[in-house]
Amino acid sequence: MNKLGRITLVILVVCAALFGGTVELQKSQGYTQANTLTLYNWGDYIDPALVKKFERQTGYHVSIETFDSNEAMYTKIKQGGTAYDLAVPSEYMIEKMRKANLLKPIDHHRLTGYQNIGTNFLNQPFDPGNRYSLPYFWGTLGIIYNDQLVKKPVTHWADLWSPDYRGQLMVVDSARDMMAVGLISNGRSVNSTNPVVLKAAKDKLDQMAPNVKAIVADEIKMYMVQNEASVAVTWSGEAAEMLANNPHLHYVIPAEGSNLWFDNLVIPKTAKHEKAAYAFLNFMLTPKNAAQNAAYIGYSTPNIPAKSLLPKSTRTNPGYYPSQKVLNRLQVYSDLSPTTVGLYNDLFLEFKMQH
Amino acid sequence: MRKKQWLYYLPYILWIILFVLAPVALIVYQSFFDINGQATLANYATYFQSGTYLKMTLNSLWYAFLITLITLLFSYPTAYWLHQTKHKQLWLLLIILPTWINLLLKAYAFIGIFSQDGAINHFLGWFGIGPQQILFTNFSFLVVATYIEIPFMILPIFNSLEELNPSLVNASRDLGASNWQTFTKVILPLTMAGVKAGIQAIFIPSLSLFMLTRLIGGNRVITLGTAIEEHFLTTMNWGMGSTIGVVLIVAMGLIMLMTGEQKAKKKVTNK
Repeated sequence: MNKLGRITLVILVVCAALFGGTVELQKSQGYTQANTLTLYNWGDYIDPALVKKFERQTGYHVSIETFDSNEAMYTKIKQGGTAYDLAVPSEYMIEKMRKANLLKPIDHHRLTGYQNIGTNFLNQPFDPGNRYSLPYFWGTLGIIYNDQLVKKPVTHWADLWSPDYRGQLMVVDSARDMMAVGLISNGRSVNSTNPVVLKAAKDKLDQMAPNVKAIVADEIKMYMVQNEASVAVTWSGEAAEMLANNPHLHYVIPAEGSNLWFDNLVIPKTAKHEKAAYAFLNFMLTPKNAAQNAAYIGYSTPNIPAKSLLPKSTRTNPGYYPSQKVLNRLQVYSDLSPTTVGLYNDLFLEFKMQH
Repeated sequence: MRKKQWLYYLPYILWIILFVLAPVALIVYQSFFDINGQATLANYATYFQSGTYLKMTLNSLWYAFLITLITLLFSYPTAYWLHQTKHKQLWLLLIILPTWINLLLKAYAFIGIFSQDGAINHFLGWFGIGPQQILFTNFSFLVVATYIEIPFMILPIFNSLEELNPSLVNASRDLGASNWQTFTKVILPLTMAGVKAGIQAIFIPSLSLFMLTRLIGGNRVITLGTAIEEHFLTTMNWGMGSTIGVVLIVAMGLIMLMTGEQKAKKKVTNK
């Protein structure tokens, strides 16, 4: 055998050995096809200690795979070949998946603790009667500001247009959310489909351009904590994490209203281990577990008894648990037609080019 | 014997078909469908009629051009110096080393360096001119893009300098050419192939840079890559995303034609 052949052989043998090693390793940890629950979740969106607890209590093993956008998750489940037993889409995506026949109905008789979920979070238009989904976390879109860098508290969307904040504002790189800011400022619904209304919202956003320092994603957390910008548009849960790291930050839900969003647990059509999935749903419905998860993640829990287990400072913070009056002004996204989604994104792209 | 040779080509041919030809064909195919799955030419019409896309294309070309120019200005002298030094392999290794680190990690490192509280602003603070806004400026974007691309320009130029026969340089000097003349008339023309390879390796990827535009540029710089990402991940308008992809592929072909021209000519004259 020549040298090239020998090298090739060595590489192949090493590959085979590594592959065999991982299989053995998983087996020795007790991972087998039969008792593994596959959870398809957002990155860092469950307390790892809870997963351990669930494994100890039920004997199932949990394998977690992560996604970073609803659309990526949708594509992956739709293309098939996956065996996710549970997934955590947001509200408009649940509507879309439901329409595309990608979800299994949830049998409420097999749930214990369903009554723990607050009525505010049930029976939403995206899933009437919660036939397909169980609320996992909820939150809002709002404004976070640094009290050392601004003169007076920011309380309204209109403040974002104030010349005081020239070049100081950071906004999220998300077409739907930023268009919502424009729409709400114009007094419109966040689910508007009329091109004229949408164009007006984009024109409104364009006027904000001189204030915008950057359009970024997860990095907002890091930048706000490091005092890189004074004001940012972000989601409540992200804000919770920033507040924990910088005491000068404050999160507000503007009084004019904002977006209320949900991340719900669903069982995809491709699920293989329904029994394990129900065990997990029931485990997460237990107030103590839901409270532990909420304390870890920082988003708001829809589980009412769980909320009362949280520290008072969290429970009474209007940024995370707003009053009924504020809740009534919040709007939930609904699934829009592909053409409208395209329009939202094209307009947002134009806004990005502007700034 | 012949048969066996054909077998050796098989992995290569399979690779090309599966990972180059098939994806390109799929992109071209997809570009003729609209968001509802209807066959159409509308995507191309949208692209060429929309001010947004055309402006974005110009933007991409302009930044790719700037990045290529800056890397070239830094790379040629570096490669030349490298070619002259003693411990070539060591220096070369130091230049290649950063390419082993993931792009994302390097971008995050730059965020730390450029931020309000970062090393550069601390340094500027000593002179009383800090803190300045460095992140989210065109300047920072160009610096980071150049930093990331530079090894891919240095290497081909270095290789072509190594291949250059030193007796040609000596002959030029013996015949009375000044250093500058030797450089412009002998060294530069003979290493042009390396420069062109470097330009190809940098200009084309720079056209579709997208992650850096957000992380370092704060979306102040919008390139075609940004639009493609959005069409595939958010809008799910694969047709439009593919159309932009086709435009990029065509641009790539044009660049290859432009930078490969002389080689082809040479072949013809050789015959």
